[in-house]
Amino acid sequence: MDSFVGHENDLNLKATELRLGLPGTDESEKEMMCSFKNNKRASPESVEDSESVAGSDDKHGNRETPAAKTQVIGWPPVRSYRKNCLQPKKAEAETGIYVKVSMDGAPYLRKIDLKVYNCYPELLKALENMFKITIGEYSEREGYQGSEYAPTYEDKDGDWMLVGDVPWDMFMSSCKRLRIMKGSEARGLGCA
Amino acid sequence: MDSISKKTKDSPNSTDSPESTHPSSFPDEVLEGVLSLLSFNKDRSSVSLVCKDWYNAERWTRTKVFIGNCYSVSPEIVARRFPKIRSIILKGKPRFSDFNLVPENWGADIQSWLVVFARVYPFLEELRLKRMTVSDESLEFLAASFPGFKALSLSSCDGFSTDGLKAIATHCKNLIELDIQDNGMDDFGGGWLSCFPENFASLEVLNFASLNSEVNFDALERLVTRCKSLKVLRVNKGITLEQLQRLLMRAPQLMELGTGSFQQDLTPRQCAELESAFSNCKNLHTVSGLWEANSLNLPILYPACASLVFLNLIDATLQSGELAKLLAHCPNLRRLWVQDTVEDKGLEAVGSCCPLLEELRVFPADPFDPDILHGVTESGFVAVSRGCRRLRYVLYFCRQMTNAAVATIVQNCPDFTHFRLCIINPGQPDHLTNEPMDEAFGAVVKTCTKLQRLSVSGLLTDLTFEYIGKYAKNLETLSVAFAGSSDRGMQCVLGGCSKLRKLEIRDCPFGNAALLSGLEKYESMRSLWMSACNVTMNGCRLLAREMPWLNVEVMKDEESDDSHADKVYVYRSVAGPRRDAPPFVMTL
Repeated sequence: MDSFVGHENDLNLKATELRLGLPGTDESEKEMMCSFKNNKRASPESVEDSESVAGSDDKHGNRETPAAKTQVIGWPPVRSYRKNCLQPKKAEAETGIYVKVSMDGAPYLRKIDLKVYNCYPELLKALENMFKITIGEYSEREGYQGSEYAPTYEDKDGDWMLVGDVPWDMFMSSCKRLRIMKGSEARGLGCA
Repeated sequence: MDSISKKTKDSPNSTDSPESTHPSSFPDEVLEGVLSLLSFNKDRSSVSLVCKDWYNAERWTRTKVFIGNCYSVSPEIVARRFPKIRSIILKGKPRFSDFNLVPENWGADIQSWLVVFARVYPFLEELRLKRMTVSDESLEFLAASFPGFKALSLSSCDGFSTDGLKAIATHCKNLIELDIQDNGMDDFGGGWLSCFPENFASLEVLNFASLNSEVNFDALERLVTRCKSLKVLRVNKGITLEQLQRLLMRAPQLMELGTGSFQQDLTPRQCAELESAFSNCKNLHTVSGLWEANSLNLPILYPACASLVFLNLIDATLQSGELAKLLAHCPNLRRLWVQDTVEDKGLEAVGSCCPLLEELRVFPADPFDPDILHGVTESGFVAVSRGCRRLRYVLYFCRQMTNAAVATIVQNCPDFTHFRLCIINPGQPDHLTNEPMDEAFGAVVKTCTKLQRLSVSGLLTDLTFEYIGKYAKNLETLSVAFAGSSDRGMQCVLGGCSKLRKLEIRDCPFGNAALLSGLEKYESMRSLWMSACNVTMNGCRLLAREMPWLNVEVMKDEESDDSHADKVYVYRSVAGPRRDAPPFVMTL
């Protein structure tokens, strides 16, 4: 039994761990304590406590990573006007291009990170998995003919386009949200 | 000159009238003629202290006034002393209002000033406002009251909209400068630009980069065409590259350019035309804007890069490779502003390409996202310091820093006058040694003897402030957040920094003892701000009682207990307590 515990990391038990929450989220790294609550200062002692919690495997050296929700008013000292400009830019930083995905008839929307995929087949497969549907193959002439579903996206001009027509990179930079159309409306998109 | 020195010996504070016992062989007109050549207000202040004659001559010849705190003086007092003002710079709210620490409707309204100015300075030409509240009605009043009005600059102001700009554009027939920087304003559309009359041609400076709505391009092009003296043009991101090319062809004399969007897909011919347009701008020394610039389009700039002195990439979100390629063409750069998306690798390029660099500002692309681990580190800063030995101004946002790195940096660059380091996570120690960052800032103040402005961050004990008090003898502005261990820290600063003018503190364990240790000091300072510290109402009341020439103002947070003074703002004033204070500002 002891050796079992010792090799815990090698068996990668985390991957098969049962827990609530969507796959892909990882709660454990966010549990480090924040020594600064809103507008109150922590004494140096409590700072040292949280360092021992963080442990030694923190590659980035950020021992004081605050919990995800804690945010101090007016910190860091970046102008609020600039803050409003910066948030939409998140898409351009290294952190992923998250777009909403809606499917006709589904009770709630989902979000995916387009940067995770390198080409259309990967994206389509992910959508099929997410919504438990079959979209099929794209053809320039027929669209997604034969499928009950058609993946569409809203581009920067606000128009609804069929997924697959433009090169992948152009799609990534112009896609604002995705919508999986269903039924006769979808079939209509396949025609010229 | 003998008669002058005789005057200073005999009557420095004389109450005799000038004509009485000391006939001067130096008539007033000559004195005024000489003094009118003085441009620096610091010199003028010295001059005005010599004797009454000089005080009077100086006040009659002063044309520019700078008021760093609008509540330190009243418009009536200014008007009484200086009858001939043409240019005014006014600053209002405390600087921490930029970071939402000051509630709305705090004050600093320009209207009461304008009313007095309209009466006393009908020939007013320039108004530069920072952190003031400016309504559209005030802008309309301004446009109507000063027929010779030439220059308006609004930075970090709030309360107005594009409607106010319409009034300026329509009525200010002699306008030379319209400079709208980051403001809390309402944007109701770009129609204001079309309000410049068709025969209006005097503009030299136009900056509307921070406005989002599109302007009418034809109107802009016609305006640029007829304003032959236009030197500074900063457009907003609604202007495309194609449109930019046309503007540049109309204004090759430009010295400072803020481009619009840099994202358009260009044909080879369009690229060539843009490159040609940039190479035609022989006087271009400053470029900003560059929204969404990518590696395909940046090369358009290259023909203009050799003479660039200031490159502001704060809106461009470049990666390291893109920055490196661009900077390879900019050997004469003195000032560079970037986002931390360029990472350490980008900063290495700065160090190797820009040996003349004097100012570097690195802003965080995602300041409020705690999951972000990218950005710049201590290595980037060190790399810059190795290549750019003339650095004197740095603003650096990072997620990790070490004491050793900062020591190396200031050894490489001992001439810092402005050192603003922001380690984004509050109270974070040296990430290698886990120690406080005291030695880092100790190194800064010991080495950089010319230091005027310092912002500290990271885990800091009182030792940091002992160092500051002991060594930072030229320090004028100090910003402190989440730092210090006890009152002693603040006491060291107040006791040691003889030239201190502005002290802003938040979330530090400094209490009444610290506050009261600066009793006499505050009269020689512009202001003190303390928020979320350990100061109580009683401490503030005591300060107010002891120092009648100081305004001691307290704002309380909603959930705080009665005795705690949550936000304290102390400043010297000859105007007495504010008469326009809102209910949430308590004057003690």
